[in-house]
Amino acid sequence: MTKYESLEDSLGHTPLIGLAKLSPKVGNDNPPVRLWAKLEDRNPTGSIKDRTAIAMINDGEKTGKLKPGATILEPTSGNTGISLAMVAKVRGYKLICVMPENTSVERTQILEMWGAKIIYSPAAGGSNEAVRVAKELAEKNPDWVFLYQYGNPANTMAHYTGTGPEIFEDLPTITHFVAGLGTTGTLMGAGRYLREKNPEISIIAAEPRYGEVVYGLRNLDAGFIPELYDASLITRRFSVGAEDSVRRVKQLLEIEGIFAGISTGAILHAALAIAKECVDAGTGADIVFIVCDAGWKYLSTGVYGNDGDPEVLDDQLWA
Amino acid sequence: MSLPKIEVRIPTILRPYTNNQKIVSVEALTLADLVSELEKNYSGLGERLLENGELRRFINIYINDEDVRFIGSLTATLQAGDSVTILPAVAGGC
Repeated sequence: MTKYESLEDSLGHTPLIGLAKLSPKVGNDNPPVRLWAKLEDRNPTGSIKDRTAIAMINDGEKTGKLKPGATILEPTSGNTGISLAMVAKVRGYKLICVMPENTSVERTQILEMWGAKIIYSPAAGGSNEAVRVAKELAEKNPDWVFLYQYGNPANTMAHYTGTGPEIFEDLPTITHFVAGLGTTGTLMGAGRYLREKNPEISIIAAEPRYGEVVYGLRNLDAGFIPELYDASLITRRFSVGAEDSVRRVKQLLEIEGIFAGISTGAILHAALAIAKECVDAGTGADIVFIVCDAGWKYLSTGVYGNDGDPEVLDDQLWA
Repeated sequence: MSLPKIEVRIPTILRPYTNNQKIVSVEALTLADLVSELEKNYSGLGERLLENGELRRFINIYINDEDVRFIGSLTATLQAGDSVTILPAVAGGC
């Protein structure tokens, strides 16, 4: 079905694309190892975060937390804010985003386009600082509605009822699910659903490894683990730097024609590592990974160009 | 038999313990040995990594980019040429 009553209604049911060329070659007698990309950029505002944003707002309305005309406050590195901004605009809410100052210029432009107000948090400390500042603001402004994607179970539920079932329905033979580790909502929700369907499915986390600025915490106790995170749902967890992420995102573009955002490169890097292990072990695999968003919002970094240098990402939040 | 030599990347926040060195080299067979060696060479550093004999909550350690908590934690084994990275836990985006 491709007819919808509203833009929001077109959420989800994103395509799962087989990557015949990028999937590794296996020996003649061995079962295939296949990579599949779930294109989450095909959501209303172009990222997987539309699932999170719409679920949190729906939940807020259902529980009475969100009243007509309310002001929503959210820490975001970009995509969640953009999704919330669109829904807030359409449903008549105000939105204030707390976003680290070291994010791509497109994120600010898009947020402002949908009428969001941005409060910048310091570059050092990255999203940790955005979370800290937002929590402080939430305390000082009790009339603002703090949806808080890192701790809101509606975020996880969006993937438990959406992303996970969609993948399993399209590909019941799935052996590995690879996604980015941010709020952890995707991995916790889709991971839990897939594990319930088949406990043998491996749930693989790929977290971006940023430059030093982002890890510039004032002390170790300023570290942060999202309230939603449950390590028991994860099989393995990889940390992927900007250089590998950019290399993979270019490969995805050149070999399969898919134009993805930089964080997808980190996820693909982990997926390819798993694929290689499966080839070496002679076991077949259907590896699904998430394409979080498309590359448009990151063009200003210049990394997609032939002489693009991943080092420009050193002091940026690129995922 | 000589022990494998391992490069360890130290985050900014812990560099006061390593005379501001970004990368230090230690010989160890397991992650637990590696942490003891770090403490021996850079007094106080081990204590910043462990609490009650376990990895601290806000410390992540990776062997060749894989989070050690999923590959045996302190019992994870090391081989010559492995690279170990220590990072504080931070919130991600995507």
